[in-house]
Amino acid sequence: MGMTIAEKIIAAAAGVESVKPGDIHTVQLDRLMSNDGTTHLTVDMYNNKLKNPHIADTKKLVFIVDHNVPSDCPKTAASQKKMRDFAKANNIDFWEGKGVCHQVMIENYVRPGELIFGADSHTCSYGALGAFGTGVGCTDFLYGMVTGTSWVLVPESVKFNLTGELPEGVTARDLILTIIGEVGANGCNYQVMEFTGEGAKTLSISDRMTLCNMAVEAGAKTGIFEADEKAMKYLKEHGREPKAVFHSDQDAKYVREYRFDLSKVRPVVARPDFVDNVVPAEETCGIEINEAFLGSCNNGRIEDLRVGAEIIKGKKVSDKVRFLVVPASQTIYRQALKEGLIDIFMEAGAIVMNPNCSVCWGSCQGVIGENEVLISTGTRNFKGRAGHPSSKVYLGSAATVTASAIAGKIALPSEI
Amino acid sequence: MGETVIEKIIRNNVGHAVKPGDIVTVNVDRVMIHDIFIPFVAEKFEEMGFQKLWDPDKVVLIYDHLVPASQLDDTRHFHTGDAFAEKYGMKNVHRSDGICHQLMTEAGYVKPGNIVFGTDSHTTTYGCVGAFSSGIGYTEMASILGTGTMWIKVPETIKVVIDGELPENVMSKDVILRLIGDLGADGATYRALEFTGSAVKNMSVASRMTIANMAIEAGAKCALFTPDEKTAEYCEIELNDFQKSLVGDEDATYLKTVTYRAENLVPVLACPSQVDKIRDVSALEGTEIDQVFIGSCTNGRLEDLAAAAEVLKGKKVADYVKLIVTPASRKIYRQAIELGILDTLAEAGAMITHPGCGLCCGRAGGILTDGERVVATNNRNFLGRMGTSKVEIYLASPKTAAACAVAGKIVSPK
Amino acid sequence: MEKFTGKVWVLGDDIDTDIIIPTEYLALKTIDDMKQYGFSPLRPELAGQIQKGDIIVAGKNFGCGSSREQAPEIIKALGIQCVIAKSFARIFFRNSINNGLLLIEQPDLHEDVKEGDSVTVVMNEHVDYNDKQYPIASLPENLMSIIQAGGLVKAMRKLNGLD
Repeated sequence: MGMTIAEKIIAAAAGVESVKPGDIHTVQLDRLMSNDGTTHLTVDMYNNKLKNPHIADTKKLVFIVDHNVPSDCPKTAASQKKMRDFAKANNIDFWEGKGVCHQVMIENYVRPGELIFGADSHTCSYGALGAFGTGVGCTDFLYGMVTGTSWVLVPESVKFNLTGELPEGVTARDLILTIIGEVGANGCNYQVMEFTGEGAKTLSISDRMTLCNMAVEAGAKTGIFEADEKAMKYLKEHGREPKAVFHSDQDAKYVREYRFDLSKVRPVVARPDFVDNVVPAEETCGIEINEAFLGSCNNGRIEDLRVGAEIIKGKKVSDKVRFLVVPASQTIYRQALKEGLIDIFMEAGAIVMNPNCSVCWGSCQGVIGENEVLISTGTRNFKGRAGHPSSKVYLGSAATVTASAIAGKIALPSEI
Repeated sequence: MGETVIEKIIRNNVGHAVKPGDIVTVNVDRVMIHDIFIPFVAEKFEEMGFQKLWDPDKVVLIYDHLVPASQLDDTRHFHTGDAFAEKYGMKNVHRSDGICHQLMTEAGYVKPGNIVFGTDSHTTTYGCVGAFSSGIGYTEMASILGTGTMWIKVPETIKVVIDGELPENVMSKDVILRLIGDLGADGATYRALEFTGSAVKNMSVASRMTIANMAIEAGAKCALFTPDEKTAEYCEIELNDFQKSLVGDEDATYLKTVTYRAENLVPVLACPSQVDKIRDVSALEGTEIDQVFIGSCTNGRLEDLAAAAEVLKGKKVADYVKLIVTPASRKIYRQAIELGILDTLAEAGAMITHPGCGLCCGRAGGILTDGERVVATNNRNFLGRMGTSKVEIYLASPKTAAACAVAGKIVSPK
Repeated sequence: MEKFTGKVWVLGDDIDTDIIIPTEYLALKTIDDMKQYGFSPLRPELAGQIQKGDIIVAGKNFGCGSSREQAPEIIKALGIQCVIAKSFARIFFRNSINNGLLLIEQPDLHEDVKEGDSVTVVMNEHVDYNDKQYPIASLPENLMSIIQAGGLVKAMRKLNGLD
């Protein structure tokens, strides 16, 4: 019987001919990523709970400090030091301040066909390159680190058949918010969201990252695209070869299928406090904001910065708004420097921060205070996610966020 | 009888000659309030019963310590500040443009000969353009906001003469650190420091700013440099006769004179945890470090970033060592983009943060933990300033700091 | 306040404002929220031990560092009656006067006094300790007038015809 891309990756990792949803398999992991959100806990468990602590293959491990960078308090510094010391002692690839973990992984490690565990829910981003990435907790991570393996329950796949092309001024961000609004925040629980069709081919790698990254916001185990010529070109540019390129079979089984015509997608905003609370952006226009955030693993790439810079060039950030611009990686920051984008943002009065998770993570620089309102290109708008429990987060595209920063209230670029 | 620079500035302000020890009331030319203290200033101002500011245009409000906000309550300071500015008609508000002291001089708020107070101890910085500027608390600031005046005791002056040419690897930071080491952390308490000599004349305004900034670390009330053509160019003004006259007279009375030969100075560090615990860098070479910080109102200017970039060009920050660069202002950040400095630093592996106080004020921007060691270009290495009390802070020049970042340990700059 | 007695806490030279109150806690809402962190980098337990009416005796350059007025306010809020030091930093000195925290310069007491002992201050004259008198200066008139008004806020209220 036919298999989907996700099933083929798991079958290969399990060393079996075929798998089907519901099977449980022991798999060889290609890579394990952990960031400063939880690595110190993993290290504590490794040091204190194991009889015979060892690492199966240090080359498969990547540690990335991105959540609180630079460190904001002694407690953060202590947990990062634990992580750094462990990486140094065990010769683990270690990145600090070089970008949001998922962006760093896609720029430097992820290959089509790989099965990757990350101790972060947005590890599902790696499907943009045809890899199976998924988020796990510390215990699962530790097991993978020690044994090089893990178990997986083969998930069902949901097909998202995309047609047409996104209209001018509408981005992949609007598309994924629209999708989540339609399927619901748990609409794809424990399933794979496979994005396919002619419309999928039109999307850039950056767009695909935006889509896969938020798969978890629909409850999915991962989101995935077939690694096509665009993915191969990206890999080549980054000096890597695929592990394996899988295609879903004609007779592969999907538990559901959705069709989205990209040409019909319009700018949308997810209102507080749920990602699936999605409405046309117009319905939120006029809501006063205190902060706007352009960044994160979801929307902090060069393409997103270009969108923002084009809108804000020659204009000023409202006096009432703190506009945080946070490139998702150092590579993106340098590219943006080169293209003059950083200067455009600085001239406009934005706060340009070093690559890090910033207010998307909510416990480091850029936090919002009591009753404040944020419009964000981040991944989540849960209650209190960006700071004070009474604060509110709206999610929008780079275009909407930038236009709002200028207007001082939620606005569309056409109003600026 | 002859006068020192501070005596001339005060005479010009009060209209009669003064001598050290006199208590006089001066008319204030400009004041600066920053984000940490604005809620307290606002509260005291209203408690005092004032209805309006003595002159809204002379008041400058700058958000820098809390930008970007790192704790949930930080943004309350911005709201209080915005409300105060709106209520009392203040136009000079900077919400994310950089460090207060940098902006006060850079944006032209301070002119030679002015008397300026700020709610920050490093307000001494403006002496770089020949202004008498000093730090005060929020209660006194509230009273100035209402009255436009403040009482001061005319300070005695210590003259510092630096003649000759500084060696290539010695920056003005090394000069002021050496001076603080020699005078002691309280060596100039209540006193004015007056800087002169050929090395001082050759310094850029930015280099003078570094020295004036740290005068407070010897306890000084203020630090003064004679305005010259560099000052005029920096301030975008023509010096008037009064401003030109701000030279210590031959027969002025000085408490003492301290003299240095620039050629004899070497790169130095202030060692944990006293600003006056000065050692030659060469004596500490090889000490391993965890982090380097280049920034602050002391050393986050273009020439500092350029000096660091020159050291770091084509090199990489040592493995497991963090280099944090925080330009002192938005203008400097943009100039550093244009000159390719930020790209050089980023390529070498630096984290470049938004202009602000950053790590120097110890609220974010690279806080450390027990057993960690940092080489930093800012002005204070007090116990616990950048994290726990078991963090070791070494203060250095940008050249030394950059060299340390590459080596991963303390080394002298070439 | 002609004459008063208090139990002594002894601190060293160069007690800076970051020790008195670290920047980390400066944006807390009130002095009462902050005061528990007073002196925490140096002696984390001290703020909890100080009793109303106690006296701090310190070395030179007490209060050096930043202009943060929370420093004298916290010392006052902890119940400290006065600080006797070899010398004080300038901004801290002004801030203390403006908030009605009494500061006394005395060069020799610090060498002799033991923590936990009591000293008696006779204003404008001397400090009594172990049957020995340590002379102190009287405050300049302009400062006394601020203290007599009850601090700068009260002096300004008077100016504005409020009290």
